[in-house]
Amino acid sequence: MKTHWNLFIAFFRVGILGYGGGPASIPLIQKEVIEKYKWMDNEEFGDLLALGNTLPGPIATKLAGYIGYRVSGIWGMLNAVIATSVPTILLMIILLGSLSSIKGYDWVQGMTAAVIPVVGMMLAVLTWQFVAKSGSGLGWVKTAIMVVILFVLLQLVGVHPGIIIASLLVIALLIKDKPSKERDPS
Amino acid sequence: MIYWEIFVAFFIPGILGYGGGPASIPLVENEVVGRFEWMSVQEFSEMLALANALPGPIATKLAGYIGYDVGGVLGATVGLFAAVAPSLILMILLLRILFKYKDSPKVKRLTLFVRPVIAILLGVMAWRFLFESYEGIGIWQTVFLTGASYFLIERIKVHPAFVIAGALIYGGFLL
Repeated sequence: MKTHWNLFIAFFRVGILGYGGGPASIPLIQKEVIEKYKWMDNEEFGDLLALGNTLPGPIATKLAGYIGYRVSGIWGMLNAVIATSVPTILLMIILLGSLSSIKGYDWVQGMTAAVIPVVGMMLAVLTWQFVAKSGSGLGWVKTAIMVVILFVLLQLVGVHPGIIIASLLVIALLIKDKPSKERDPS
Repeated sequence: MIYWEIFVAFFIPGILGYGGGPASIPLVENEVVGRFEWMSVQEFSEMLALANALPGPIATKLAGYIGYDVGGVLGATVGLFAAVAPSLILMILLLRILFKYKDSPKVKRLTLFVRPVIAILLGVMAWRFLFESYEGIGIWQTVFLTGASYFLIERIKVHPAFVIAGALIYGGFLL
């Protein structure tokens, strides 16, 4: 029971204090899991994070679920996932629900209007981070060529992003590895 | 069958979004606005703006909220499950195997190849947000708010929650 309570509190804090989406909460998870409750050491957490990043999907719940599972099985997993995600979902439902009932007022519309460019800026920064990581991983020339081709396919031809990502994943797995001294992207 | 649609709408972003929750935002939009038409672009932007003002992982907030909006409590549960479960189950099952191959170039290439796609999707969204803002409140307000928030969040590292709260107050009084 104590363990479950600790799991819940640890990931509740992670969920409610992490701003900027899941990836922003990684250091908070690290703090709870390694420093506070000592469920893992730094090295194991590092490996876990590296592997988590090679799989798709939200990172915060992947880490929460896996750590919960390691600490106390399936129930630990459910507990940690719920603690990370449900409180903020409830907040969101309550807040947006009450907002739509007062939406008609000018000042409410002013508030939404002022937040939109801020979010636009945050998305632009995120975009740049993805471009920069691609550039350092794939090389800038390859990245530029890929970006142009993909832009045409996604925005002008209108191919579903899922189809493009799935094909890229297949290509990534089919390319033959160079025999030795493969350049290290990390 | 609405619950099946909710499942699909969040399963696809969950299984294809490389780079954590924020990477799945444009994929979610593609399903929710483009495919199932549960929301207009405008409604989605407003919801995303608010979701960003709240703490916690973004992918699950979107899945939970949109699921609830479309299909009540059960809808929220289905959305959350679809967003979280597939990759989590993969992780638990594959961890040992992945661990063995974690330095393999093939595994690294997976993330490497998907990044440019996500970058474009995010870039297009960013552009749309800024353009919408330009249409709504004009070029000067947009430039001012974008510049000020960039300076505060990225340069002097003010917590985004405070900046968004500040923008809300500014908008409430002045726009």
